[in-house]
Amino acid sequence: MTREKIRKIEGFVALFLSTLAALAGLFWLIFILGDVLVHGIEALRPGLFLNDPSPPGVIGGGLRNAFVGQLLITAASILIGVPVGVLGGTFLAEYARGKKISQVISVLSDIMVSVPSIVVGAFVYAILVIPVGHFNGWAGAVALSIIMIPVVLRTTEDMLTLVPWTLREAAFALGAPYYKVIVQVVYRAAATGILTGILLSIARVAGETAPLLFTSFNNSFFSMNMKEPVASLTVTIFQYAMGPYDDWHVQAWAAAFVITLFILLLTIAGRLIIKWRYK
Amino acid sequence: MEVQIVEQLKIEVKDLNFHYGGNIHALKNISLPVHQNSVTALIGPSGCGKTTLLRCFNRMHDLYPKNRYEGAILLDGRNILSNDIDVIDLRSRVGMVFQKPTPFPMTIFDNIAYGLKLKGVTNRAELSEMVERALRHSALWDEVKDKLNAGAYELSGGQQQRLVIARALAVKPEVLLFDEPTSALDPISTAKIEELAITLKDEVTIIIVTHNMQQAARMSDWTGFLMLGELIEFGRTDRIFTAPSEKLTEDYVTGRFG
Repeated sequence: MTREKIRKIEGFVALFLSTLAALAGLFWLIFILGDVLVHGIEALRPGLFLNDPSPPGVIGGGLRNAFVGQLLITAASILIGVPVGVLGGTFLAEYARGKKISQVISVLSDIMVSVPSIVVGAFVYAILVIPVGHFNGWAGAVALSIIMIPVVLRTTEDMLTLVPWTLREAAFALGAPYYKVIVQVVYRAAATGILTGILLSIARVAGETAPLLFTSFNNSFFSMNMKEPVASLTVTIFQYAMGPYDDWHVQAWAAAFVITLFILLLTIAGRLIIKWRYK
Repeated sequence: MEVQIVEQLKIEVKDLNFHYGGNIHALKNISLPVHQNSVTALIGPSGCGKTTLLRCFNRMHDLYPKNRYEGAILLDGRNILSNDIDVIDLRSRVGMVFQKPTPFPMTIFDNIAYGLKLKGVTNRAELSEMVERALRHSALWDEVKDKLNAGAYELSGGQQQRLVIARALAVKPEVLLFDEPTSALDPISTAKIEELAITLKDEVTIIIVTHNMQQAARMSDWTGFLMLGELIEFGRTDRIFTAPSEKLTEDYVTGRFG
């Protein structure tokens, strides 16, 4: 066999294997999304958003409590996680640039990104649920923000590091103090990247169940009191899908569909922002 | 007397030594005068310290730890290297234009207004007027007057560099430092910037670092030639280029090395 022929065969084998791997991945992805789509759309009805759950076994009722609870917990986690993440990333990229502590924190937060979320849940359970004496919404928000912070922190750090140093020098040369250089020039230059990181981190935590099981738990009644247990979509999906009633299963599908759609939209928004900026 | 013969000194560098952190002795016993309302060029081969010297005039080196100055740089008779100097105030008196255009990620208007806002100008009408004047000054007004609210990155490289000059001029500096301002530009943009710099002489004192010897010869009144951190020769530009007293200078300006 000529060398050329061997190369062609090698190329074909590589192409075949990688295509196979891609198809295997895509198959399950489309399977899952398709299933959620088919069952979810079927189960969608206005009452789902307008009514609170009916007693177990009684047909009807909705998941208003879980939708509102999910929004509350996610919003609170954004309020906690985004400022800490962005300011922490700023510290690493600007004030501690090149210092040892910056590298140590970077590596630690990379590890934090891959810590199993249930561990975070158990941790927050120990510090915010046990002392209070009962599950509460704030604990859920804190658990989600702990998952969020390393993601936001690392993207912020990376995006700020990408801003050319000469841009900062140009601002310094006009007589700007450092904090103004960061807030008015560097943040602006890195804005889209940071925003994308924030959106993706929201998408990440919006789908978390394990940390909420230990913290905000669940609430069958409509409640906006973050000091008490608060319902969330993910925990509700868990509970309803495991439950014995067909009507629960249907509602779990609908909730799964809505939350998937929400995450999908966030991710698309993130991508669009990148494209719009770097077109 | 119509013509004033005595030229005033704007800056006097006296026995300046500069060490980068990590103890690299980058400037050795530099002394030179900078005449008011003139263009002073600093030339020399790569790594000779000309940019390092330039960045001493607005204390840019302060941004990095462990850099160390010794000696004095007198600006209007006052040592700007002393500890009681407010570098923020100094940098608004001594502007700088960099090698690559550095427009901020904001509109053309906001770019120019940035330095003014830092200085506390908030009145919108006043800002508009000062922005227009700065843009006219840097010969950019006619090209951008209809798109002041467009992003600064929409401008060409040459326009961006003139925008940056306008931004530096807007705060009315006394001295303007140019760090190879045209090395990233095409010949036409380069010519515009050179012309601009020469017309600016009436108002500001200019110090320019350049790799391009023709540029130094065209633009400057005074030239300093540096090598390996030392000032080899300083004098009137025409003399440095036609009758240098040092052999090294002659070799460099005639293109024998560098």
